[in-house]
Amino acid sequence: VSILIDQTTTFIVQGITGREAVNLTRECLDYGRGAKIVGGVTPGRRGREVHGVPVFDTVAQAVEHHGGSIDGSVVTVPPAFTRDAVFEAIENGIGLIVIVTERIPRRDVAEMIELATLRGARIIGPNCLGVIVPDVIKMGGIGGPARNAAQAYTPGPIGVISRSGGMTTEMSSTLSAAGLGQSTAVSIGGDAIIGSTYAELMPLFQADEQTRGIVIYSEPGGRMEAELARWVGEHDATAADGERKSLPIVAFMAGRFMDEMPGMSFGHAGTIVEGKEDTTAEKIERLEAAGIAVAERIEDIPQMIRQKIGAQEGAYA
Amino acid sequence: MRFFEYEAREIVKRAGIPVTDYGFATDPESAREIAQRIGGPVVIKSQVLSGGRMKAGGVKFADTPEEAEAHAREILKLEIGGQMPRGVLVDPKAEVQQEYYAGVVWDGTVKRPVMIFSPVGGIDIEQVAAEQPEKVGRRHLSTILPRSDFQAKEVIAATGVSGQGLTRLTPILRRLADIFAEKDMTLAEINPLGRLADGSFVALDAHMEMENEARPRHKALLAELGVGEHETRLAREPTPFEIAGEEVDSSDHRGVAGNVTEFDGNLGLVIGAGGGSLTLFDAVRAHGGRPANYCEIGGNPSVAKACGLAKLVLQKPGVEQIAVMMSIVSNTRVDIVARGVIKACLELGYDPAEKIAFFRIPGAWEEEGFKILDKYGIEYADRSVSLNEAARRAVEKIQGADRVEARA
Repeated sequence: VSILIDQTTTFIVQGITGREAVNLTRECLDYGRGAKIVGGVTPGRRGREVHGVPVFDTVAQAVEHHGGSIDGSVVTVPPAFTRDAVFEAIENGIGLIVIVTERIPRRDVAEMIELATLRGARIIGPNCLGVIVPDVIKMGGIGGPARNAAQAYTPGPIGVISRSGGMTTEMSSTLSAAGLGQSTAVSIGGDAIIGSTYAELMPLFQADEQTRGIVIYSEPGGRMEAELARWVGEHDATAADGERKSLPIVAFMAGRFMDEMPGMSFGHAGTIVEGKEDTTAEKIERLEAAGIAVAERIEDIPQMIRQKIGAQEGAYA
Repeated sequence: MRFFEYEAREIVKRAGIPVTDYGFATDPESAREIAQRIGGPVVIKSQVLSGGRMKAGGVKFADTPEEAEAHAREILKLEIGGQMPRGVLVDPKAEVQQEYYAGVVWDGTVKRPVMIFSPVGGIDIEQVAAEQPEKVGRRHLSTILPRSDFQAKEVIAATGVSGQGLTRLTPILRRLADIFAEKDMTLAEINPLGRLADGSFVALDAHMEMENEARPRHKALLAELGVGEHETRLAREPTPFEIAGEEVDSSDHRGVAGNVTEFDGNLGLVIGAGGGSLTLFDAVRAHGGRPANYCEIGGNPSVAKACGLAKLVLQKPGVEQIAVMMSIVSNTRVDIVARGVIKACLELGYDPAEKIAFFRIPGAWEEEGFKILDKYGIEYADRSVSLNEAARRAVEKIQGADRVEARA
């Protein structure tokens, strides 16, 4: 019915007393069936409340107060403190961490991801707006205030994965207007290294029966699109009898003008492991070769994904 | 942020990796003095950030200090890849028996750094990887478990290097990995790494890039190297317009109105956020529009900041109108951006309805925002008008205005 989170998900907000975090808490409490925010953490602020959510000094205190393990955490602390906050969440048994903070050095991000992998936790972000299951729950600032989020997101068959937080909402709103709701929309973050890439989220959507098609937002830089193209090929080649083939995917590629701008490409040694797949032209070619349709305009997406879903499901019928 | 070779060599040297007895000069006379001190044949190398120095004539050999001075004089005047050199590096011409490659870089897919070594150096490592893959060793490094020499040793040994070479190269590659990790580099490369007649190794060139976000952690190092706080080290230096954009963004801590990049068109863009800006810029160009700038607003900027950015764009020479467009906002407030851009027009003595070609920011506080826009007669749209369509209408309007002006 959804991926990553559902109406039973409990989470905390680390950095809850910050201005944006206070808003985010309100938004999540108000949205859908109301998020189960079981605590907030800001060192030195134990005993306060934010919109009725108790504030603790440590994650351990929040877990103790809750009386059992907590599913997730939204981390919204300054970049210099993010690594420590995420380590604290992981070491206290939290399994899903949404990192909102931007401008975190790559090394810190890599360390957080490595520890998460070691402990079996998952990171979404950094530099992301989080996850939303329309009309049910949102975890993070995605979609904004409950009223605004409800305007853009509707329940339905499309999984949305986006490197841009704002474009997650723009694309979902366009889908909703065309009568195509979303099963789950995930803002995965815009940094060079992120906790969960398209390819890493695909198996989750693939296993979700409600999801019938995927829409992604892409940008220049990195190898995430090449990784997705490879995932589709490998999945389809190894899918067992009766297992769904890769869900139909439509991609939107922004930043095409950057291909013409010098100095935007990665260094030499980067290309040996990263491949030269960081321009939009190369990405589009690779996505299309894997059977992923690339939309020129956002308004074309609903019709394209409908067509692809129809073709695939028609083939099964 | 990319370092010049003379800075990268200094970083390598400080980490205990042997370098030649080079010197850095910003005038021909100093180049001669360095050559004199070295006392033998030298190489004069232009200090620019772009590659292809050799081809461009930015690397020359000199047998005497006088020749070194003459070459330095020429090279200091030579523009390479659109950039004038920062200075020249005067390097003893080492008798190199073999050239090696050593590098550390991020692997974005694996999300870890990867060490790379090859006994075939001095040329592009991708060429070696393509033609002699068995000559390229690599290994991913943990970011949380300890680093140790054996990791470097394994990478080097995998390429067939043994004997004294292996034991001497191991600490060099290990130290390079330490530099990469401790200095928040995104690339740390020694190419070529030369083996001299006595069997010792020396870094003959080094290439380092530090992650911008990590610069505040390395203030002391950067100050010692003489790297200015505002040096971006991009393909081109920021223009005064772009520097002014940065000042607007840092004027207060609320929200972002930054990443201003100058173009030469007539349509000023006040656009956001990250993904929305990229999408809108593409769309404006796809409809034949000529953007005067790129920028990114988001994160709920103050009225003052939105106003500051709009003013900057409005005052840019050649700008006839501005388009204010964003993807659906949830954090940024529509009314605040509307107030900011209207204030900018009014303060500059313009009619907002004429200067703002089109306004398309749907989302949080849109009712309030649309009310203000109505009051000033500004053409706007809600989310039912796509980003692409909004860009089309902005372009159509400015082109229409151009035609009217041409007739008048």
